[in-house]
Amino acid sequence: MKPEDIKRSENKVYCKPELLNDTPMHYCPGCSHGVVHKLVSEVIKEMGAEHIAIGVAPVGCAVFAYSYIDIDWIEAAHGRAPAVATGAKRLNPSRLVFTYQGDGDLAAIGTAETIHAANRGENIAIIFINNAIYGMTGGQMAPTTLEGQVTATTPYGRRVDLNGYPLKISNLLAQLPGTCYVTRQAVHTPASVRKAKAAIRKAFENSLAGHGTSVVEIVSTCNSGWKMSPAKSNEWMVEHMFPEYPLGDLKNDTER
Amino acid sequence: MAKVIGAVEINHERCKGCDLCVVACPTDVLSLQPKEVNNRGYHYAYTANPEKCIGCASCALVCPDACIEVYRVVEK
Amino acid sequence: MKQEVQLMKGNEAIAHAAIRYGVDGYFGYPITPQSEVLETLEALMPWETTGMVVLQAESEVASINMVYGGASTGKAVMTSSSSPGISLMQEGLSYIAAGELPALIVNVMRGGPGLGTIQPSQSDYFQATKGGGHGDYHYIVLAPSTVQEMADFVALGFDLAFKYRTPAMLLADGIVGQMMEKVVLPEQRPRRTDEQIARECPWAVTGRPEGRGPNVLTTLELDSARMEVNNHRYQATYRKIEENEVRYQEYFTDDAEYLFVAFGSIARICLKAIEDARQRGIKVGLLRPITLWPFPTKEIARLAQQVKGIMVVELNAGQMIEDVRLAVEGRVPVHHYGRMGGIVPNPQEVMDSLFANFPDADK
Repeated sequence: MKPEDIKRSENKVYCKPELLNDTPMHYCPGCSHGVVHKLVSEVIKEMGAEHIAIGVAPVGCAVFAYSYIDIDWIEAAHGRAPAVATGAKRLNPSRLVFTYQGDGDLAAIGTAETIHAANRGENIAIIFINNAIYGMTGGQMAPTTLEGQVTATTPYGRRVDLNGYPLKISNLLAQLPGTCYVTRQAVHTPASVRKAKAAIRKAFENSLAGHGTSVVEIVSTCNSGWKMSPAKSNEWMVEHMFPEYPLGDLKNDTER
Repeated sequence: MAKVIGAVEINHERCKGCDLCVVACPTDVLSLQPKEVNNRGYHYAYTANPEKCIGCASCALVCPDACIEVYRVVEK
Repeated sequence: MKQEVQLMKGNEAIAHAAIRYGVDGYFGYPITPQSEVLETLEALMPWETTGMVVLQAESEVASINMVYGGASTGKAVMTSSSSPGISLMQEGLSYIAAGELPALIVNVMRGGPGLGTIQPSQSDYFQATKGGGHGDYHYIVLAPSTVQEMADFVALGFDLAFKYRTPAMLLADGIVGQMMEKVVLPEQRPRRTDEQIARECPWAVTGRPEGRGPNVLTTLELDSARMEVNNHRYQATYRKIEENEVRYQEYFTDDAEYLFVAFGSIARICLKAIEDARQRGIKVGLLRPITLWPFPTKEIARLAQQVKGIMVVELNAGQMIEDVRLAVEGRVPVHHYGRMGGIVPNPQEVMDSLFANFPDADK
């Protein structure tokens, strides 16, 4: 069969998610954000939840998430997404409210809002992109930056005696009774993409079922910030990020 | 035995030439244009060996820009 | 609940009025001297009756962002705090103003700067009326002087906030917050339904129904030309508010030769001083701005053509006096009398300040 004969609608097995619009995403080539945006779009569509979905966008690279996924969005101030989501969800309990945050937003400036929303067991889902660096402002140290990792503000590598340790905030959140599901995923291979999608789906379902706060950390690459090619970034992530941030469920307690 | 054959359609203008699809493809179907660039200046991905495609969608799954459509048929 | 008369603190009146107005949500954090707002709401358990959400947040930063999130969905949402807490809310207030969101913020002022004192003050006038946070913005500022007004301005604040899609602040001082007075509480109003909100607030972020595009509540605009358009739109709203919503009260101004300008509880002390002075034949009047922004500039300018001098009395080092002077444009002398640190002047002191600055008044 010729490719033209195969490319018929009845044979289509994968295409751009319906909720992801045609606006070209501003992310750098190879950025993990794009893959996660696709997954969020697919999950909301598959759940038939676009009419109840409210996303809360962060400050950071994903600040324009609302430009790409055709649902209702609120753009929060830096770090405040969990508080904004709390307000939206408490007043609209039937809605699917989720935040989409990076490591600086969630684990540095927004630590208090993150921990307290999770500790109250707010029925929201938190999508947490951990690429160990501040992408949007040009590659500075994040709370999750690895020891020895070179960034714009740790040009000789992160020194724990000066800058403290990489913050495993998902482990911390998993300790809180308010969280029902805390998982760490990645999107660097087809298999990991499928698993990350299932995790996002579970988190969204938890939110609607009222089980408490769900956190899906996606260990991600920032090839511009890391100054590597996208493919090389994936290798570096597997070699250096995964030992510090191992993939898998940290907590799965949705039967409460 | 049934044979699975596939085809991919790449939105060249949306592609940023990140190369992740090329790496993900198990059958070496894809490649980046060595010289040609799209309107935004990227060496976009193209099907260098379309006949090898098995429609597994690995390329599309890891594509951050949702540029790839995947088709698959099972030939009896 | 029917209309009823009760004796209560100003802070408690705010809580009762909020429930009766049909407010959807309150998010707050304890701070003296306004903690009774949250305490009263928790005790009244409105979630059992009207369905109003009440939540004690982890900080004022979180409170104001919960207000931002709730207000984004078209709901009537409020918070309350006192000066240091309001400072923490400035970031969120700037976003709420830029997002053109209706919301009510109560500030029961205490003395500053810094941790200052828990005693009453009016030293957040600048912060409240000039924007406070980053960027060019204003919001409506209502200054109650009685417990009754504490209750009434909850409704007025929300009505104006929704009318103009802007935050409104109820700027009270610790005196009005803490003192007890008779208050007539209004009849219970129903909370708005989701259908009503969808109709009245087409901008609200509620989840996208079929047939409409995404509603996105953002304050970010990197395109300079469009950001300027946004700013012009904010300013146009502010001009409209300045034209239509100036509120003030005049006392004994018909024949006044000298004028006090004071807001909040201090206006009441001035009024007592004026009543005493009038018995001695001294023709003094009072203008009490009820809206501090928009400011009664025209009214003060009009009175400046009639009186010989103006005394501005405030619980601060001289803040509203700047707006009075701008209104007066040098026509007559304008002087200030202020106490700080939580000290409240008595009527005699207020009168003495007039005589000290305008010796001719004491004839």
